[in-house]
Amino acid sequence: MNNENIIGHKTDYEGAKIGMWIFLFTEMVLFSGLFLLYSAYRSRYPEEFHSAASELNRFMGTFNTVILLTSSLTMALSINSIRTGRKGMSLLLQSLTSFMGLIFLVNKYIEWSAKISHGIYPDSPGLMKYGKGEIIFYGLYYLLTGIHGLHVLAGIVLIAVMIVLTNKDRVSSGRFVALENTGLYWHFVDIIWVFLFPLFYLIS
Amino acid sequence: MTAEEDISFYGSRGRHKGVLSWILSTDHKRIGLLYLTSIFGFFFVAVIFGVLMRLELIAPGRTIMSAQTYNAVFTLHGVIMIFLFIIPGIPASLGNFILPLQIGAKDVAFPRINLMSWWFYISGGTAVLVSLFTGSGPPDTGWTFYVPYSIRTGTNVTLAVFGVFLLGVSSTLTGLNFVTTVHRLRAPGMKWFRMPLFIWSLYATGWVQILATPVLAITLLLLIAERLFGFGFFDPSKGGDPLLFEHLFWIYSHPAVYIMILPAMGAVTEIIPVFARRTIFGYKAIAFSSLAIAAAGYLVWGHHMFTSGMSDISKAVFSFLTFIVAIPSGIKVFNWVASLYKGSIELRSPLLYTVSFIFLFSIGGLTGLVNGALATNIYVHGTYFIVAHFHYTMFGGTAFAFFAALHYWFPKITGRMYREAPAKNALLVLFTGFNILYFPMFILGIEGMPRRYYDYLPQFHRDHLISTIGSWILVAGLIMMFYNLIRSVFKGDTAGDNPWGGSTLEWTTSSPPPHENFKEVPVVTGGPYKFR
Repeated sequence: MNNENIIGHKTDYEGAKIGMWIFLFTEMVLFSGLFLLYSAYRSRYPEEFHSAASELNRFMGTFNTVILLTSSLTMALSINSIRTGRKGMSLLLQSLTSFMGLIFLVNKYIEWSAKISHGIYPDSPGLMKYGKGEIIFYGLYYLLTGIHGLHVLAGIVLIAVMIVLTNKDRVSSGRFVALENTGLYWHFVDIIWVFLFPLFYLIS
Repeated sequence: MTAEEDISFYGSRGRHKGVLSWILSTDHKRIGLLYLTSIFGFFFVAVIFGVLMRLELIAPGRTIMSAQTYNAVFTLHGVIMIFLFIIPGIPASLGNFILPLQIGAKDVAFPRINLMSWWFYISGGTAVLVSLFTGSGPPDTGWTFYVPYSIRTGTNVTLAVFGVFLLGVSSTLTGLNFVTTVHRLRAPGMKWFRMPLFIWSLYATGWVQILATPVLAITLLLLIAERLFGFGFFDPSKGGDPLLFEHLFWIYSHPAVYIMILPAMGAVTEIIPVFARRTIFGYKAIAFSSLAIAAAGYLVWGHHMFTSGMSDISKAVFSFLTFIVAIPSGIKVFNWVASLYKGSIELRSPLLYTVSFIFLFSIGGLTGLVNGALATNIYVHGTYFIVAHFHYTMFGGTAFAFFAALHYWFPKITGRMYREAPAKNALLVLFTGFNILYFPMFILGIEGMPRRYYDYLPQFHRDHLISTIGSWILVAGLIMMFYNLIRSVFKGDTAGDNPWGGSTLEWTTSSPPPHENFKEVPVVTGGPYKFR
């Protein structure tokens, strides 16, 4: 393992993977701060969390979950394609992945604007009429899905960069660690959603 | 070919010229020096704030500034010292420079991320400084940004907090880089237990940076979101709880204490064997105690909140765990002292700074136990006793070790040697000034002087006066030390590659090192401290 030094750090595949995993740790710790807030407030206001959760659109949530899970599949397949040298296929699958990311965000936009048009958003007069637990629930809902949405957006940008790099053959069957790391990031974003979905939509 | 390899990294500037060859460089040595100069730049800004605070406190009542200005000054003193000086301090500057050298690597694992982290650092620092002069006045919340005041105050908190957020990103990236570097880029034969102990401490620090700093990031984002959108997470009228902010804040900020002190401990562990001409006593114990401090330091954040409202059981658990941290810290102190025992001690300035560190840090550490015990904590909580305690650990500990390391690696970094006598005189003045400045604060604290107060009762006047006089002596010492070092950068004698007779890898290459550090990849066959 120590012989990598002779090869030089610029081609260190293992190093790039370790770096990415550590980065994902930091992302996980970032979200765990939010999950900590969620658990503290849910144990304080269990009933109000349940009643507020029943007002979220469970169909949209499920639909978005399916979309993201499918996009994780296409992401994994695109890495497999580049490994076996099928550049066109990989490009198609990467584009599909980012397209599904966009659909996810559009759905989120529709969901948020429906709630906002009903006067439910942080610090709104409409929301302040609700109970304290519900105010906190919606606060957490906007904050966590918002920060998650930003991560989806970042993922889409990353994949777009990968599409350009693949097109220029800077990501290829011999050198695909950048795409693999993008894939890891995308799966991470997906997994966070897998936790957000039950915590907000399925607890009623 | 050989001519090209013979020039030091100062000569090989890469693709850019002038200033750009520094601020766009991906060479870890240039980035280390970028950090070093910017860190000390910010340090001096914060020192000025500190001196102004002491000047205000020289007598009861108003002396030179209004109460509101005083609040801003102690806030900025804290924010800059903590987030811009002590946290990045040793790892980002000397760590960056020395880590690849000590493990026999050409650079860190991700040189471009390394440069990016400096850019995050300098942007964050700029944001903090800009918050002083823009908006509706400088932040006045204290460096802890406690809610609800930090949400309600009209001052420029949002910008300062965003600056600190950027600094957090910078710190995380540095940790990520160092951990990966230690895993992947050790020279052939450099097994884990052949690594210098400075590397062990940077490795442990790296993990704390990775696992704790994101909590700070999210806490600060929550604060910003709270100020912009009013979510109400920390507002009882909206169902929130201000205590949760304190928890989140200290979940980061206590481990951060170990981000500050671990690299300092690592640096003095390098210095002691070299100047005692003896191998380190208890290598593995020191290596594992770094990891133990990193791990245990994670579980003690509650001891900052004993008076904030917490169940008695949690208090007892947090207090117990706090005492646990004293064990690995004690292991280190005893091992340092044991390494000196029966050594052929050369009292050069790096060792003298190190010995001052051990003395001051021990006072800081032992008074930490007074704070960690539940009964005495109630008595001294929020008083000058705390102020004295953390200045003894952070300034007397980390900063003195930083100065020691600076004197130790100065010839490696610059290729020149500073004058020995002024370095020792500066230490004498520094050490005297330090104790005159901070020791009276222990007494003030026990007598009941609360921290952060603008005014005080006449009975505290004498000790405040002594303390303020100490601050002038301390500043004189700082000026003497930096004058000697800066002068020697330009006028010092040539130092030679290994002036101290050190046996770690950085001393095997030339001073200053060439662009990719070593002419040939070094092969390691034994432990780091090949002395008696």
